[in-house]
Amino acid sequence: MAGLHKSDVKNPVLNWIDTRLPLITMVQKEYGVFPTPRNFNYFWAFGALAMVQLMVMIATGIFLAMNYTPHVAMAFDSVERIMRDVNFGWLLRYAHSNGASMFFLIVYIHIFRSLYYGSYKAPRELLWILGVVIMLLMMATAFMGYVLPWGQMSYWGATVITNLFSAIPLVGSDIVTLLLGGFSVDNPTLNRFFSLHYLLPFVIIGVVFLHVVALHITGSNNPLGIDVKTPQDTLPFHPYYTVKDSVGICAFFVVYACFVFFAPDFFGNADNWIPANPLQTPAEIVPEWYLLPFYAILRAVPSKLGGVLMMFGAIAVLFVVPWLDTSPVRSAKFRPLYRWFFLLHIIACIVLGMVGAHKPEGIWVLLGRLGTAYYFLHFLVIMPLLGKLERPLPLPESISVPVIRRGGGPLPTGAAAKPMEKV
Amino acid sequence: MRAPKIAALLGVLVSLAVAAPAMAEQEPLAAQKWSFSGIFGTFDRASAQRGFLVYQNVCSNCHSLKQGYYRNLEGIGLSEEQIKGFAAQKSTATIGDDGQPATRPATPSDHFVSPFPNENAARAGNNGALPPDLSVITKAREGGADYIFALMTGYADPPPDVKMGDGMNYNKAYLGHQIAMPRPLQDDGVDYTDGTKATTEQEARDVVTFLEYMSNPEMEQRKRTGVKVVLFLVLLTGVTYAVKRQVWSDVH
Repeated sequence: MAGLHKSDVKNPVLNWIDTRLPLITMVQKEYGVFPTPRNFNYFWAFGALAMVQLMVMIATGIFLAMNYTPHVAMAFDSVERIMRDVNFGWLLRYAHSNGASMFFLIVYIHIFRSLYYGSYKAPRELLWILGVVIMLLMMATAFMGYVLPWGQMSYWGATVITNLFSAIPLVGSDIVTLLLGGFSVDNPTLNRFFSLHYLLPFVIIGVVFLHVVALHITGSNNPLGIDVKTPQDTLPFHPYYTVKDSVGICAFFVVYACFVFFAPDFFGNADNWIPANPLQTPAEIVPEWYLLPFYAILRAVPSKLGGVLMMFGAIAVLFVVPWLDTSPVRSAKFRPLYRWFFLLHIIACIVLGMVGAHKPEGIWVLLGRLGTAYYFLHFLVIMPLLGKLERPLPLPESISVPVIRRGGGPLPTGAAAKPMEKV
Repeated sequence: MRAPKIAALLGVLVSLAVAAPAMAEQEPLAAQKWSFSGIFGTFDRASAQRGFLVYQNVCSNCHSLKQGYYRNLEGIGLSEEQIKGFAAQKSTATIGDDGQPATRPATPSDHFVSPFPNENAARAGNNGALPPDLSVITKAREGGADYIFALMTGYADPPPDVKMGDGMNYNKAYLGHQIAMPRPLQDDGVDYTDGTKATTEQEARDVVTFLEYMSNPEMEQRKRTGVKVVLFLVLLTGVTYAVKRQVWSDVH
């Protein structure tokens, strides 16, 4: 299908380019006139937000890397030098460290939005799977980034996490040696983590690109979870959603800025301001908040290999969610039972997060096991059964006739005839 | 319809709130009033200068402050001349013209000179215990400034049922209550020149203010910038929302 593109661009120079490389046409098609369901709520802004935050992380990260020294004897001091001597270095560093927390916050909301509105269901299974891959890559990137300041929690976190692989039978300890570049966390580990921490974000960009391409093939889901049927159901992406996403992005930046400028250590751990010391283990080794639920699942099982399998299983199960959910209805708006199980699942995740932050003693052990049990039950048992047992509410005819009030029927069809009218 | 959505949002907020402070399980710290807390907080210059005196006369005999520069003292209100004069009293290691190790007077651009040349020397001089570097000390302890204050004022006679280790001191704020550092601050242990009464508490308050400054020398600039940035962003959000309303006015 080789051949020049017939470009509509007026400007002769741009037209010349667009004829040979139709980038302008592509952007116009995918982000200009791209038909987008008209009924998004603000939860749909989190995809764009995640994209913006990825850019912020890469931009701040590049400048941090210019001033950082990946050596066990100098890493901690070089970070302090960034904080004290580099012009606005404190801003770069705090924007990057708090930015990681913000990035996970955004992505977790994005994922829960997807789970609530059934955005993972056919035909968007691959879109969802690519999203889970992005989350996994983010976790690896964040973990390695946390090692770089070479504080106590950096060092001991790296020790704990890499040692998880020693649970693998037969080859486990060899894998750990391979990961560490030695027999314990040391300079080779720091060097390779720095290298990979710089590499992985660009891998993430690649997968994000695929994620977006897949999205533009299937089109977006929407709060009603029903398919787009007529052009009346959609709006061009620009200006409607460019401006709506912009509102979300601005509001988000207010929150982000409050952390960066007024509480930059809110998500941090005091121990990580103590330089790494291989001879002194901190009283408690705690990962960053966004990994706490998985850490809790790891510790809920009284067997090393079992715990590791459960922890990775907690993410692996997400890959098959599109096939575990048997309900034909996407949006939880029309699933009276699933809605409550979804709420329970959020509570389980929060409880697991709290468990991960506490020493595994007393009530926390029990809570950790209950939370873990529910986490897996939710996906493996409740999701498949609910699709068969639940009686979903009647779906609206189309997106442009959406208003089903509590207890009331759909609006008269006449409302759809004048979709451009202001309500 | 609404309830699950709001619950989801709440859930995220709750999980944030529990994640950070969930680590400490010490006796509750008494929250002190600090000049530097809050989004408009600044360092009380007089207190920080007195604290510098305490650091200088007491802490610096054992503790390093190696990330700090003498020039940082400008931030607590010392003049360039004062800093030059002060730094010149300290001698720092260098290599002489003959290629041999030598010393020279420090300058404002030098790091604070450490009391011991290396860790072994520090341990040898302190009964085997290593006095931690104080550069980021208020950030490196759970409880921050409040904790350091509690530690400074937490020395007491051990209860009769507590058996103290050799050379250890009883401190209410310290984890396990046995600390190698002997009580550093005494009433009138430092001569304040500005007429402030040098009680142990006052000295502790002052030295914590100084150490908080050395841990966060960027704090005042950070908060000042933050106020402007947040105001701007709130405004921008408002304007963007107005534009959004305008653009969407023909839909709904």
